Amino acid sequence: MTDAPTTTTKKADWATDQEVRWCPGCGDYSILTAVQFLMPELGVSRENTVFVSGIGCAARFPYYMNTYGMHSIHGRAPAIATGLAVSRPDLDVWVVGGDGDMLSIGGNHLIHALRRNVNIKILLFNNMIYGLTKGQFSPTSETGKVTKSSPFGSVDRPFNPISLALGAEATFVARTHDMDRKHMMETMRRAHAHKGAAIVEIFQNCNVFNDGAFDLITKKANRDTNLIDLAHGQPIRFGAENEMGVISDGGEAKVVRVADVGEAALMVHDETRDDPSVASMLSRLAKGPYEPTPVGVFRAVEAPEYASGMQQQLLDDQAKRGPGDLGELLRSGGTWTV
Amino acid sequence: MTDTVDRELPLQELADVIIRFAGDSGDGMQLTGDRFTSVSAAIGNDLSTLPEFPAEIRAPQGTLAGVSAFQVRISDYEIHTPGDAPTVLVIMNPAALKSQLHHLVQGGAIIANTDAFTERNLDKAGYKSNPLEDGTLDGYRYYPVPMSELTKLAVAEHGVKPRDAERSKNFFALGLISWMYTRPTEPTFQWIQEKFAGRELVIAANESAFKAGYHFGETAELFEAHYEIKPAPLPSGEYTNVNGNTALAWGCIAAGQLAKLPVFLGSYPITPASDILHELARHKNFGVRTLQAEDEIAACGVALGAAYGGSLAFTTTSGPGVALKGETIGLAVSLEVPLVVVDVQRGGPSTGLPTKPEAADLMMAMYGRHSESPLPIVAAKSPSDCFHAAIEASRIALKYRTPVMLLTDGFLANSSEPWILPDVDSLPDISVSHATEFNGTNEDGDGIFLPYLRDEETLARPWAIPGTPDLMHRVGGIEKTDKTGDINYDPENHELMINLRGAKVAGIAKDIPDVEIYGDPDSDLLIVGWGSTYGAITAALHRARDMGVNAAMAHLTHLNPFPKNLGDVLRSFDKIIVPEMNTGQLVRLIRAEYLVDAQKVTKVNGVPFTSGEILAEIQNQLGA
Repeated sequence: MTDAPTTTTKKADWATDQEVRWCPGCGDYSILTAVQFLMPELGVSRENTVFVSGIGCAARFPYYMNTYGMHSIHGRAPAIATGLAVSRPDLDVWVVGGDGDMLSIGGNHLIHALRRNVNIKILLFNNMIYGLTKGQFSPTSETGKVTKSSPFGSVDRPFNPISLALGAEATFVARTHDMDRKHMMETMRRAHAHKGAAIVEIFQNCNVFNDGAFDLITKKANRDTNLIDLAHGQPIRFGAENEMGVISDGGEAKVVRVADVGEAALMVHDETRDDPSVASMLSRLAKGPYEPTPVGVFRAVEAPEYASGMQQQLLDDQAKRGPGDLGELLRSGGTWTV
Repeated sequence: MTDTVDRELPLQELADVIIRFAGDSGDGMQLTGDRFTSVSAAIGNDLSTLPEFPAEIRAPQGTLAGVSAFQVRISDYEIHTPGDAPTVLVIMNPAALKSQLHHLVQGGAIIANTDAFTERNLDKAGYKSNPLEDGTLDGYRYYPVPMSELTKLAVAEHGVKPRDAERSKNFFALGLISWMYTRPTEPTFQWIQEKFAGRELVIAANESAFKAGYHFGETAELFEAHYEIKPAPLPSGEYTNVNGNTALAWGCIAAGQLAKLPVFLGSYPITPASDILHELARHKNFGVRTLQAEDEIAACGVALGAAYGGSLAFTTTSGPGVALKGETIGLAVSLEVPLVVVDVQRGGPSTGLPTKPEAADLMMAMYGRHSESPLPIVAAKSPSDCFHAAIEASRIALKYRTPVMLLTDGFLANSSEPWILPDVDSLPDISVSHATEFNGTNEDGDGIFLPYLRDEETLARPWAIPGTPDLMHRVGGIEKTDKTGDINYDPENHELMINLRGAKVAGIAKDIPDVEIYGDPDSDLLIVGWGSTYGAITAALHRARDMGVNAAMAHLTHLNPFPKNLGDVLRSFDKIIVPEMNTGQLVRLIRAEYLVDAQKVTKVNGVPFTSGEILAEIQNQLGA
């Protein structure tokens, strides 16, 4: 994000003395570990790093990072982080929140932060449930989800966070999961390197209220058959023998056997494509976390970053009119003397 | 301009005049009023203005809903209000007459554009017969002027299309009024040149219309005199004419300079506060960052984020916006970061009367958040005072690391007055220092940073901004442990923190000026005011004094905490009244706080108090 001089730190430097209070077995632990491992590798400094969160289990994250941090209010982290990032472009600003925080109460702030392309890195912990309030359906829960607040099954249709982010024309959109530290670190590294708003959806297991929601795709035994690792410039293939692939068929992405269509028919992943519609097609490939699901970077395009645009206007105006003079300002409407 | 004078009309001297320009919202009445104001300011009159806009941008032409008015009072003595009732009405169409006539003083003058009184327009305004002819105007001095036709004739030589020609008729009206009140013409010609630069036809048409109006006054044997209002004996100095929203925006910029901090504004468009956003967005060379957010909540959120990063941050809105920002303001109370929330109050509840003033958000400012979340409240008392109020709100926010509510209203926002420019160098230094070093030690004797270790005097916590080496720390909305700021659910700690935050705000009373008694401190009656009632109360006191009736005023600019001498002041009077543009809010706070028998005087019809109304209450209270 910033071009600050490289700082040498260790993982332990990034941990606080606060007791981590997530439920034992929560997927949040592995995400925290991945971030704490990543930070020294990025060569960034703790004082120039800020984690901003909203409310929810995931939102406790800043307390466990030995950086500047703010645990704010429900849904508002993208807005608060926007104000911080555009007024302090020298900082690395990360936003952490869950699916309820960012897609329900904070949905408006999320899409507008993405639309503006503010230089913030958003880690969206998606566990498809409300954890902190003890198990109500969330905006990513599947229709028919039986919870305490939907005893007859939820009637709501869920958001697809990747489709939503692409719909807001986010300039960096990626997905990873809590069972693969290497993949998480690599995806977050890419997000950090991106100039502008980056959103990383992290499939995260809530072992208390939605245990095993992602097992069919993220368990080691299932990854070959159900996780599709997107690689820029490469034909989209997966499977233990790389025998499966993805084609575009009538405006939809479809899973095929490579042998049936030939490699030339496969979609070649282009994360830099300006039009988000093909990436959106890929994001619709799986109807839920039980069939082949793409992970990795869906979209990474260059676009003007908000704070730079804002800063440039200040510089241009100062170059044109000189630094502001308060006395002149007060006289700008014309004066008379008595 | 005087070369065509063919008769000498007497020039009468007037002490003051209150003119109300009224027409359709497309008739350019705000511009006409504004120009007349500027010219009058430049010749040294004291003045005060009151614009009145319709809520609709373009209501159907000719209807009552579309009437736009601008009242300006000019005088040769010091004034405090735009006047209780106009003495002159300039009327551009029947709807304007219908909606404005009741304001006019008995015997007042009506200058009406007779061409607009067509059957169709009369019908739209709901007139069964033509009020210019049916006796409606009996008891007034009525001057019929065919403004549309005369304007068309005047601009015809420039080849202006007839349909466009009539659009210059507000300049005809301005020319006529400029003649009536012997205003210099050159500044208006200069202004037309600048305003319409590059549009030669428009310049020519407007100039011709203006001249035609001016000459019409001289030559038409309609007027018995014209008038002069000499300059007012204002304190000597350099003046500008400023409205409240502009003064407030400039105050924000000044506060940034005085605090040596970059200014950040998060805002969402809302009437009547949007002009503050517009004004601040223009001054990027001062390093001012403005962000038009996706909603009111985000507007407060981005401001809070910028404040956390070390900016002097503002969010500007009106009542409905404050309601939406409430949770974020509560977070700012809990985090203890500086943030100025500006509420330009308007008529409510809900959308209410968005273009009309009200001052009914005091209780919301005071208590409109969940739990115990006190914050300081500052209220501006006049358009130009918005400048100083913005600086004062910023000073308190920065020094005490707290959100501050700054209250103005739609009246202050849009009305203007001459403002003697402050000496920029004499404005207060409001800078504060950021924490850069450890302020405690752990059990091993190592230096640590305690983000909630308080200054003994102010109870403010240290402000360490991101980027400061070694002082990394976390803040949040969950209750914090005293000193360390760590999460804490302990009941005793929570009570301690609530009390500390309360004591911090209450302690600001030591740091604000005592309230002053204006008028007669030995009289029986004290009028306690706040906000924009200042002008009307001051004027009423003067009128009462001239009648030999003595009363006193205490006008509050700090509403939380109250000035520390307020209790003593209140108890030194037999009677206390509190005029407010609400149904009695400050009066409740005062009664609760000081157990005095303060009586309410209320008005909530979207129109500011007149001095006459306050005067009547003074007489009522004193039996005078």
